[in-house]
Amino acid sequence: MEVKERRKERLDRGIKVRTEGLYALSSWREMGYLLAPRLFLIGGLLLLPLLLDMYWQRVLCIAGIYALLALGFDFLAQYVGLVCLGGAFFVGCGTYIAGLLHVYLDLSPLFTIPIATVGGATVSTLVLLPCLRLRGIYFAITSFMFPMLSVYIIIALNVFGGTEGKSGLATFPSVWVDQYIILLAVLICLFSMRRLVNEDFGLILRGIKDNDQAVRASGISITLYKTKAVFISALMGCFGGAYLCHLYGWIGISQFAMDFSILPISAAVMGGVGTLAGPVIGALLLTPLSELLRGFGQLRVVVYCLVLIGFIVYKPEGFMNFLQRKYHQFERWEEV
Amino acid sequence: MAGSVLLEVKEISKAFGGVQAVCRVSFELFEGEIFGIIGPNGSGKTTLVNLITGFVRPDSGEVLFRDKKITRLPPHKIADLGVTRTFQVMRPYHSLPAYKNLIIPLNSPRIVRTREGRLGDKDAVAIDLLEEIGFERDAYVPYKAASSLPLGYLKRLELARCLALKPEVIICDEIFSGLSMAEIATLIPILEKLQMDGISLIMIEHRLRELFRLVNRVMVLNFGQKLAEGPPDEVMARPEVRDAYLGTEEVACSRSEI
Amino acid sequence: MDILVYGTVNSVQFALIAVGFTLVYGVSRLPNFAHGALYVFVGFTTWSLVNSFKVVYPLAILISLCASAILGAVIYRLVLIRLRGLPTSEIIASFALGLIILEGFRLQGIGGFKGFIGPFYVLPSFVDAKLRVAGVLIDFQRLFVIFGGLAVVIALWLFTRYTKVGLSLRAIAQDEQAAMMLGIDSDRAAVVALSIGSALAGLAAVIILPLGNVTAEAGYKVLIDALAVCIIGGLGSWAGTLLASFVLGFAMILSDALFGALWKSVVLVGAIILILIFRPSGLLGKQKELEERV
Repeated sequence: MEVKERRKERLDRGIKVRTEGLYALSSWREMGYLLAPRLFLIGGLLLLPLLLDMYWQRVLCIAGIYALLALGFDFLAQYVGLVCLGGAFFVGCGTYIAGLLHVYLDLSPLFTIPIATVGGATVSTLVLLPCLRLRGIYFAITSFMFPMLSVYIIIALNVFGGTEGKSGLATFPSVWVDQYIILLAVLICLFSMRRLVNEDFGLILRGIKDNDQAVRASGISITLYKTKAVFISALMGCFGGAYLCHLYGWIGISQFAMDFSILPISAAVMGGVGTLAGPVIGALLLTPLSELLRGFGQLRVVVYCLVLIGFIVYKPEGFMNFLQRKYHQFERWEEV
Repeated sequence: MAGSVLLEVKEISKAFGGVQAVCRVSFELFEGEIFGIIGPNGSGKTTLVNLITGFVRPDSGEVLFRDKKITRLPPHKIADLGVTRTFQVMRPYHSLPAYKNLIIPLNSPRIVRTREGRLGDKDAVAIDLLEEIGFERDAYVPYKAASSLPLGYLKRLELARCLALKPEVIICDEIFSGLSMAEIATLIPILEKLQMDGISLIMIEHRLRELFRLVNRVMVLNFGQKLAEGPPDEVMARPEVRDAYLGTEEVACSRSEI
Repeated sequence: MDILVYGTVNSVQFALIAVGFTLVYGVSRLPNFAHGALYVFVGFTTWSLVNSFKVVYPLAILISLCASAILGAVIYRLVLIRLRGLPTSEIIASFALGLIILEGFRLQGIGGFKGFIGPFYVLPSFVDAKLRVAGVLIDFQRLFVIFGGLAVVIALWLFTRYTKVGLSLRAIAQDEQAAMMLGIDSDRAAVVALSIGSALAGLAAVIILPLGNVTAEAGYKVLIDALAVCIIGGLGSWAGTLLASFVLGFAMILSDALFGALWKSVVLVGAIILILIFRPSGLLGKQKELEERV
């Protein structure tokens, strides 16, 4: 007696196969297939400020910061194998350096932001450097501890403004500048990172994640590349922090808050680790949600974490991978 | 052809827990020769390779390359100096085409330091390298995913990974294992060509017949200690070497007494 | 003399806090970021039982400890078991779970639930008295910390050496695959380890919390303390945990005496960074550095 079973089969769509690899694109339709999602993203993002009211425009700015952090987290987690539980540390470093440069050296945002971005990234990377030689768990633990320890130190030594922070710093000239700076930053970083992971640098990082002994035997220093990767991720986070400082015009210990650490992680898991675009979109979705829940106090954090656990257990691929699958492949049932 | 001493290992030892894996082993590798290291299973051959190439820290002893101490250097620095090794258990990056595996060594400081290394087209160099080592370019073999290649090709890919670094020494850890006689027969000319190009080889092997066709000298290890060293037939004629591989008469007798 | 006594108290405090974390990590290589949350959980549960449900204090403690052990087991069975073998996901999930519990205690405004915020959550000391020990006036609860801690360490030592369950946990900790070949179920061991670890976190809470009050923020501080001790002592090493607790405990008390209370956190951070630079796998760490894996 034959037992008929059905099996789901997934095949790449014809148009995907044609547009991949070494073959030249042969029709507008195929070009459109490739470009449509990207244009949709870019266009949508750039048009958004025109459609929103003041309050939501501010939310968009914050969402941008979270998007940069989520991008950094995804890059480190998937392409290097390092779980960074302390994105808040990058934000805090960026914010404080930008704020202090402004207060003590009287530099304008035009200068403080770039300097804080690079300076903050340098400081964060140096601080995290000792654990890069060790297994990933050490990086997770130390990155988790540093935001909170920084807060304790700032309070204890009462430096940098202590618990009150400093306020009255310069802000951006107009709301439009606010938003477009961060949106452009997000888009530039997103597409640069996608490029980077496909270049040799990304290849080496993937090699380190898959088979680090072979990479070392090929004459490459793993610690050096991990350091570079952490630096890149820190650049994005510190830019977000420096931007934050001049967005609201003040610095304070709340900029080391747990929110900056956990929301990017939830966004990344929800959006799909490894896709780079997914975490960005995840951040853009989760931030408004968190705004809506602001009235409920700490419920926000509980919600992010529940979302994260839900996705990690039930749909670990995240929705971006899911969408990509639907877009690039079609499914059908086959009799076996 | 006796050249100068390229690699010198002096009294190197390593113990793991209570087991002495390698015990005061010394040997020299001359420039341009193929040196074999043989011995029964568990005699410490792979540990010796790990000790020389920096993957494991020795308890005592020194390793010198061109009279410079490389003993406690990290593996990537040793590879940077030109001493490379293959791995017994390879894990190439599966979904990537075979030639992409070579991009990683082509990005190492040793290659990138030179002008041509830095500016050259790495993809082209990788494919040329694979072709030299036997990947048929016309059949697009270099472009195939590494996971779809048969074992013989994977071994050659490992060799190519070392060659991409323009090495002076390649230590081959059981490169013949798992291959059929025919596959080994195609690999031998490649190794001979490497020797003619000026690369010195150390080969750890079990397949003695095939190995002895290639090597100039051989060293026998047993229980982490060096038993003998010299030309292959001389070494194999020694009684202690035979005992190590086949077991001693005493043991055989006591078994028959039972 | 003061320093000796208070230093010992502080050190044993660290040890009590860290021991639960070390157990879980040593047995199943799971970093239990919910450790601080479980500590606070027991604190609040005991308080609620005593004050809202009028349960007798010792019984309340017992119930809370059992509850935390069950919570630990539930966490493993529902979430972590599905993520075994994926180190990044394990870390992320354990972190998220910890946050859910901790931040859950700070919730306000859901259906009238006021949230556990404020300074009135105090657990009573066991005995309200002071003693003179070696010329130093010390209250009974602090003495109890020392003896309680000692008792816990000895009990654990006996447990892992002489009971079947304890021995199987040690086996899994040393070599998971070999233990599995001998028939020890690694998932069951992980559940047991996590339950015991949670109960230990609770025990630490019950012993230490009467010295102050119960706040949700303490959860983070406890987690950081446990992590600091484990890093300094070496992840997974028992002796290392004990040694590091004493090193850290005395260092903090000394810095308190010499520089004032404010520099404590600086000392903590400094110690961690120093260890990571000079002896990365911890004072007595058995975990070899990346370099030693072949």
